[in-house]
Amino acid sequence: MAYQAALRVWRGDHGQGDLTPYTVEVNEGEVVLDVLHRLQASQANDLAIRWNCKAGKCGSCSMEINGRPRLACMTRMSTFAEDEVLTITPLRTFPVIRDLVTDVSFNYAKARQIPSFTPDPSVGLGEFRMQQVDVQRSQEFRKCIECYLCQNVCHVIRDHPENERPFAGPRFLMRIAELEMHPADTADRRDIAQDDFGLGYCNITKCCTEVCPEHIKITDNALIPMKERVAGRKYDPVVWLGSKISRRPRSAGTPKVPGKQT
Amino acid sequence: MADIGHSDVLRLPYDVVVIGAGGSGLRAAIEARLAGKRTAVISKSLFGKAHTVMAEGGCAAAMGNMNPNDNWMVHFRDTMRGGKFLNNPRMAELHAKEAPERVWELEAWGALFDRTKDGKISQRNFGGHEYPRLAHLGDRTGLEIIRTLQQKVVALQQEDAVSHGDPEALIKVYAETTITRLISDGEGRIAGAFGYIRETGEFVLFQAPTVILATGGIGKTFKVSSNSWEYTGDGHALALLAGAKLINMEFVQFHPTHMVWPISVRGLLVTESVRGDGGVLRNSEGRRYMFDYVPDVFRAQYAETEEEADRWYADPDHNRRPPELLPRDEVARANNAEVKAGRGSPHGGVFLDIASRLPAEEILRRLPSMYHQFKELADVDITKEPMEVGPAQHYVMGGVEVDPDTGESAVPGLFAAGEVSGGMHGSNRLGGNSLSDLLVFGRRAGLGAVEYLNRLGPKQPVPDEGAVEAAQTEAQAPLQRTGGENPYAVHDAVQETMSSLVGIIRTEAEIRRAMAELDKLGERAANVAAAGGSAYNPGWHMALDMRNIMLMARCVAAAALERQESRGGHTRDDHPGMSPAWRRVILACSLEGDTVAITRQDTPQMRADLLALFDKSELKKYLTEEELASIPAPAPAATAAASATATATEETH
Repeated sequence: MAYQAALRVWRGDHGQGDLTPYTVEVNEGEVVLDVLHRLQASQANDLAIRWNCKAGKCGSCSMEINGRPRLACMTRMSTFAEDEVLTITPLRTFPVIRDLVTDVSFNYAKARQIPSFTPDPSVGLGEFRMQQVDVQRSQEFRKCIECYLCQNVCHVIRDHPENERPFAGPRFLMRIAELEMHPADTADRRDIAQDDFGLGYCNITKCCTEVCPEHIKITDNALIPMKERVAGRKYDPVVWLGSKISRRPRSAGTPKVPGKQT
Repeated sequence: MADIGHSDVLRLPYDVVVIGAGGSGLRAAIEARLAGKRTAVISKSLFGKAHTVMAEGGCAAAMGNMNPNDNWMVHFRDTMRGGKFLNNPRMAELHAKEAPERVWELEAWGALFDRTKDGKISQRNFGGHEYPRLAHLGDRTGLEIIRTLQQKVVALQQEDAVSHGDPEALIKVYAETTITRLISDGEGRIAGAFGYIRETGEFVLFQAPTVILATGGIGKTFKVSSNSWEYTGDGHALALLAGAKLINMEFVQFHPTHMVWPISVRGLLVTESVRGDGGVLRNSEGRRYMFDYVPDVFRAQYAETEEEADRWYADPDHNRRPPELLPRDEVARANNAEVKAGRGSPHGGVFLDIASRLPAEEILRRLPSMYHQFKELADVDITKEPMEVGPAQHYVMGGVEVDPDTGESAVPGLFAAGEVSGGMHGSNRLGGNSLSDLLVFGRRAGLGAVEYLNRLGPKQPVPDEGAVEAAQTEAQAPLQRTGGENPYAVHDAVQETMSSLVGIIRTEAEIRRAMAELDKLGERAANVAAAGGSAYNPGWHMALDMRNIMLMARCVAAAALERQESRGGHTRDDHPGMSPAWRRVILACSLEGDTVAITRQDTPQMRADLLALFDKSELKKYLTEEELASIPAPAPAATAAASATATATEETH
């Protein structure tokens, strides 16, 4: 049945703002985004919210609901008690543009630094042959809807902007793992995962996995296997000795990091 | 209140401006960039969030990986049948021929589709497709396609960083930017696009001789729709206002299966893959009712008993298809009719059952998003119980009239691709033909713009400054109006009117009532006001979108009133039959002053070699006597080809 919910919504811009109290009607089966839309249509036309599909597929409506990073479109009101006051705030790791909308350009910048898919150029159109069992690992990571909840929750950069330069964050370390495990990719991103994208900063607390709305096992299936590959490459004494003898500091397939100043 | 002087317009010169960053927009932009043109991509949302992410089932392409009998001719025939022969045959031909290469190209850019046992791209069954034809990744194919295109754009930017010292030297994405007007040069040629940047509210003029519209559809004209907030008919409206024509606007696709409960998720898509993978529709009496709704034109291709239909999944060469896999318009009407007859589910839908048809682990593997969606939003476990589903607006077949080969509209320099263009799908689109459409015609529009630029020579179009000023005044108006209408309330009223009066089943009386309503709503829409400033102000954006939504509502209503027959995505209760005479007519919307005018055009003729792909007995169901009489007797070679491909069809009967 319908009831009136008490909300506290962060409103403001340019670093200035505060929690504004509202009372909004809630109907059976609704999600937080429905309630925010009702608030927007009836009491606060200019309330800034970023959203798109309202189906959990585009990853736009990321925000923090009672301090927990979530998609507003997939958070049902029935998970809260009717008399519970909901506190809705923008993602904490990224700068606020207005109200619940943050500047997530950090993520697009990181995406552009990761060396792209590098297939064998001699494979013609329609000639790729890959087994389902081999594509399945990377397919899990390609379920990512880029909501950036993992980036937002990761303690390496949450409240630590000084780590934003050396650390790409779970989403983009997972992107490296995805390409590493792609059966048709030929580049070797193990060295740069560690040296340029900060894989070593991750101490596997699994916060990213916990908030992932797509239930991707980011830590277990992407980051830990990636750490193992890096360890095998960089810290195995035999490999280390071999690299010294052959005087090849990096594997031949290691691509240059785009935009890196050296 | 915004106070921006007319001089404060950011001006950005480009060769090509692509409006829309979904599948067709990104594919067009990639093509323009590959030709070395300076390309701007305008995205109404963040990069990678466009509506393409919501496409689930797959991308149709006759690669023949599952059944070697499949080829472009079979795909072409299926597409024409699905569109009830109103499709632009040249577009359907290009689409069927080029789709496989476009899919393989995505693979070379990193896409990871599901595989067959021999390592090729797996293909799934879908409504109206003779063979398993949809390349897919589980039930999230659209996401895979948009992410691949997004990452291809990034890869090109990385190349440009090396060769030009700037990743955005040749291709730049303007995220959260909306175009409100196309600007011409005073001679009717495209000279730019005017809009605002959401984050700051700043006005911007992209100065360019070519604009490619890739803005998607008009779903937000209707109340129950699977479309996202962006689908306000922007490209359709921009084209109309710039002097182009929209065709086939009466044809609106109501996809048969969406969630109906809880109310808040009503309209959330339930992929056709559920039926492609064996799911069946049942009414409250448990009856598998689709057998009762096979229309005459499709009678020969669909099973008559449950036994035959069930055998088809394992042995498609010796059994006919289950009627659950009829084209979408047929299934949507059937679902609607069952509910109206009182045999619906508790929440006003019908039952879609996959639980009793596949083992739980198979359902989880093939339909993970559907499992997730029902579990999290409705507490329904689809591996244990049936889903409640019903029709919702999903797609518009109508759009900008374009040249099939280049995507160019009647306005020089203006191109369109994807859902915003019209003709390809005729009166009804087959599932899976949208993602392939985006890729085939996105690329072609990109090439079309490149060729136009190469032809243009030194006489570059210069934006008409008066038009720029007028566009700015128009965009500022809702911010400066005090005491106007709440745009959200007006939008709600338009959606209510269209859904209840010009929805899945239409009558003349109801359409006329809708038009009278729209006249009143038009006055309210012209008086919407936005409180607050211009920086990231959704109220202002909604106010600006209202112009486009109103135009779309009027086009759909006017065309729906004019066409006195039922065909594909246009069902008239007062004219229930499909008429061969009406098949020869295409309705075109144009703008005369503020009024939407409807004119009749001839449906493009099918070339003789394409006509020869069909059996004459099938053509009789669609063409007039006069047309049939004028079909030349097929040359012996053509007959052989036709019967060879026809045999493939016949054998499944």
